[in-house]
Amino acid sequence: MPELPPLLKCTGLDIDVGNVVVTRGLEFTIESGQCWCVLGRNGIGKTTLLHTLAGLRASRSGSIELNATPLYQLSRRKVAQKLGIVLQHHEDNFPATVAETVLQGRHPHLHSWQWESAEDHRIAMQAIARLGLSGYAARNIQTLSGGERQRVSIATLLAQETELLLLDEPTNHLDLHHRLQVLETLVSHGRQTNRAVLMVLHDINLAARFADHVLLLLGNGESRLGKKEQILETTALERLYGHPLTRIETPRGPAWLPQ
Amino acid sequence: MHQTRTRPLLLTLITATLLGGWFSLNSGSVPVAVWDAIQHPQTLNAQVLWELRLPRTLAAFITGALLGIAGALMQVLLRNPLADPYILGVSGGASVGALFAILAGAGTLVLQSSAFAGALLSTLLVFSLSRGRGNWDTTRLLLTGVVLAAGWGALISLLLVTSPGTRVQGMLFWLMGDLSSATMPLAGSLVLILIAPLAFFLSASLNLLAGGELKAASLGVAIGRLRLIIYILASLATATAVTQAGNVGFIGLIAPHMLRLAGARDHRLLVPGVILLGGTLLLVADALSRMVIAPRQLPVGILTALLGVPLFLYLLYRSGRTHDA
Repeated sequence: MPELPPLLKCTGLDIDVGNVVVTRGLEFTIESGQCWCVLGRNGIGKTTLLHTLAGLRASRSGSIELNATPLYQLSRRKVAQKLGIVLQHHEDNFPATVAETVLQGRHPHLHSWQWESAEDHRIAMQAIARLGLSGYAARNIQTLSGGERQRVSIATLLAQETELLLLDEPTNHLDLHHRLQVLETLVSHGRQTNRAVLMVLHDINLAARFADHVLLLLGNGESRLGKKEQILETTALERLYGHPLTRIETPRGPAWLPQ
Repeated sequence: MHQTRTRPLLLTLITATLLGGWFSLNSGSVPVAVWDAIQHPQTLNAQVLWELRLPRTLAAFITGALLGIAGALMQVLLRNPLADPYILGVSGGASVGALFAILAGAGTLVLQSSAFAGALLSTLLVFSLSRGRGNWDTTRLLLTGVVLAAGWGALISLLLVTSPGTRVQGMLFWLMGDLSSATMPLAGSLVLILIAPLAFFLSASLNLLAGGELKAASLGVAIGRLRLIIYILASLATATAVTQAGNVGFIGLIAPHMLRLAGARDHRLLVPGVILLGGTLLLVADALSRMVIAPRQLPVGILTALLGVPLFLYLLYRSGRTHDA
């Protein structure tokens, strides 16, 4: 059996935003079933990197391939069938229920004259249940709390059923319990169904707990990436955040506390 | 789920449209027995019905429908619930064109051509100015449109204060929205027949665009193309409506919101709904404008607001008491 092309492959990727240099010559591949975590300081370009990988903005140079096809050759619809993203900001200027919002995740799989089928509804309701929102299906998203709204976005991504899931700070607005529960849901769902996850996080310990690969954005286009065990070490993390850290051993593996 | 909720609302709207149409055909300074006129096509009654009432009723419905679509499209394009068809200055350009024609004492055809030319000029100006060097974001579009609309407003005031008193009455009627010269609904119907299916075809994408451009793009919508099409459709609908009837206010703003408050948040329901509701609101308002101070007529724009304001406030008040959507 011939080997499958990698889900996402970046070659020589140069990304700029304004006068910030985000990456220079970034090379990496994401395989199905992997969970990647992006760490970096505020304003270093994590969101820009995610938007570039999702094809929502152009890179300066380099190529991004989705299943060996260059991203720019694919229509938005084709991209959205394979790759979904949870954005950091929501624009909720018009009323919509939680169920309607999550059902929008099915859009890339429908033609413009098609209404959602019973199967689409089932997928959406399942995603809603996974995120613990079953009692909220008929609620207007404009009346939700920040954490509830965040979980609606993640449920929409699950309903999209893509092979690659990108998430920009998925733990925003979530309390301690929901942080762990949402990440656990995402990562176990990814592993069970052989999907890949790439998420921007601000918490080293959550990254250490859930990711298997890590990408550090160090500024001025510099980056380090690889298996979690090789990348997550105290000196690199201290340099990343410009803050001294203490490594402690826990039954779940190493953890870092700010000094 | 959708289909079961869709039918009752659309059926209600269709019934309202038919009742409103019947009411409009029956009302005016001369009482006309509609059945009688249909059965005896040679009478004066029949002439009034076929040559005056019916074209005007159709023109009112089409104008209202176009304003409804334009309003719904503009609200999504700008992601601003306060947007209406006139927000980007299309009607300002049309008004200046129309007022010049009235000042020159021109007939209906010249007046309408002049208004339409003004609307197109304004549309092109906003489009090319807001595009700048290739960047076309919503804030720039909104600012360019609103500022240009203010400029047209100043020109309108200038024309009003410098025109001879005999012309000003006609100008004011036109500015307030008036259907008395809308006797040829043909052009309007063609535009509606063109725009309605296109808008319906886009409606699934409109649902996504309402949630933001990036989100829509991430769910498979080609944003650049969609924005351009929406802008062209909304401008064409507005230009046609304004050319037929002047600045009929309020319908483009409230018709989409009334439907949202009634549960039609999905644009696949909202787009057909807003055609029926916008059209019905305007034809009922127009029928009343012929009755209130008969045999004289009021500018219909006054009645759309008088009718629309309490209706809309009531819906808003009622929906404010429940937390569910």
